[in-house]
Amino acid sequence: MRKLSLAVAAVAAIGVLATSALAADMQKVRIGTEGAYPPFNYIDSDGKLVGFDIDIAKALCVAAKFDCEFVVQDWDGIIPGLIAKKYDAIIASMSITEERKEKVDFTGKYYSTPAKFVGAKSMKVDIPEGTDAGNKALAGKAIGVQRATIHENFLRDNFPDADIKVYATQDEANLDLANGRLDLVMADSMALKEGLLNTEDGKDFEFKGPDYNEPKWHGLGAGIAIRKGEDALRESLDKAIATIRADGTYQKINDKYFDFDVYGK
Amino acid sequence: MDFQIIVDSFPKLLEGMALTIEITGLALIMGFALAVPLALLRLSPNPLVWPPVYAFVLFFRGTPLLVQIFLVYYGAGQFRPLLQEYGLWAYFREAYFCAVLTLTLNTAAYTTEIFRGAIQAVPHGEVEAARACGMSGWLLNRRIVLPKALRLALPAYSNEVVFLFQSTSLVSIITLMDLTGVARVIVARSFDVYEIYITAGLMYLAVTYGILGIFRQVEFRLSGHTRERPDGDATADPLKPFG
Repeated sequence: MRKLSLAVAAVAAIGVLATSALAADMQKVRIGTEGAYPPFNYIDSDGKLVGFDIDIAKALCVAAKFDCEFVVQDWDGIIPGLIAKKYDAIIASMSITEERKEKVDFTGKYYSTPAKFVGAKSMKVDIPEGTDAGNKALAGKAIGVQRATIHENFLRDNFPDADIKVYATQDEANLDLANGRLDLVMADSMALKEGLLNTEDGKDFEFKGPDYNEPKWHGLGAGIAIRKGEDALRESLDKAIATIRADGTYQKINDKYFDFDVYGK
Repeated sequence: MDFQIIVDSFPKLLEGMALTIEITGLALIMGFALAVPLALLRLSPNPLVWPPVYAFVLFFRGTPLLVQIFLVYYGAGQFRPLLQEYGLWAYFREAYFCAVLTLTLNTAAYTTEIFRGAIQAVPHGEVEAARACGMSGWLLNRRIVLPKALRLALPAYSNEVVFLFQSTSLVSIITLMDLTGVARVIVARSFDVYEIYITAGLMYLAVTYGILGIFRQVEFRLSGHTRERPDGDATADPLKPFG
């Protein structure tokens, strides 16, 4: 019996050595994500981090041969956390914008969808195309938006006459919409569809108004943010995005979550 | 350090500070008005009176303020039909009302405990002397116990005021644009974390010192009888019998 357990221990030790030797060869990359932005990244009922971003991140890590680890960080501290080296890359549906590019570098986009408003089906509101007319139509309306997002900037710059309320997470904004404290929320159309409209709480709500996709605010799609000057990491990630686009991994993940091409044009 | 961003955002930060002070002031006044009667009820020997007060104090001192704010703000949303029935939803719909309500109840609970301790610390001899003079009930509380207790409570209460003032920074999570809320909006846009938060921090610090200064003045005014007379007659000081 004693011999057997010794043998087991020896095998286990070899196993540990083998895996650690393997891991030592791979670059360790910590990935910061938010975990509150379904269906892109969120914590499921088992407490596990799941979603489109997470699956993409895992696929990229396989393609780039990185040993990856996820770090969950609240959205408004997610760029400061990257700069403070709490993690090495942000894969959290972060839109590539000029303002953010002053602080961090981005890979190319890994998806791109328009922003939209959501409001109650019972509420009659006509939001015309174009932001000037839209601003007039929405004067005084309470609009919820997540803090520190491109959508907050877009609203503040283009809908200054609306009553803009900022929330720490999109979930909280959606909750206040359902509670009737807000007339509208604005976010990425996919996030609103999956996180609100397709859920039980979202059955009385619908998209309102046009699609918004202004490069100045909405950027060039969602990319991976890394610290400035870390070009080797950026190039590896860009190459990994191209790899999973080419080998069908991206398509498989795309189809798991969406019934259309989320990569955009 | 980018000083320009501090200069540019200072007016907005001041606006945020105005809301912070307003919320603090409202919660303090209403919390104080609740705490004095609650402290007296808390000390009642009647088993129907003190346990509810004790439970109230226990709940608000035993749970984090953040949880209380979430509970009132998002919790109220869950009971919307009921609140609407009683016409209360119009209030609970507003983040401002929810914030002031939560902070009022929170500070009332802490202040009740401070006053309870202070009332119990009123020297027995003074109460006995008052009774000997024929005072009892409300007259005794109004003339002897409460004035003495409030004076005794002052140092602890000034702490509570400072804590409450700083706790108001939590209201930014329910969409209010207090000093912290404004700072977070500016940081979200500029990413100048250090510049903005240091400025906001210094503004909190300045007001905190202002609050402490006011309390020092009030304490000084209320303790004239315990100090030496200007002519140096040490025997006039009842707390320093041996000079």
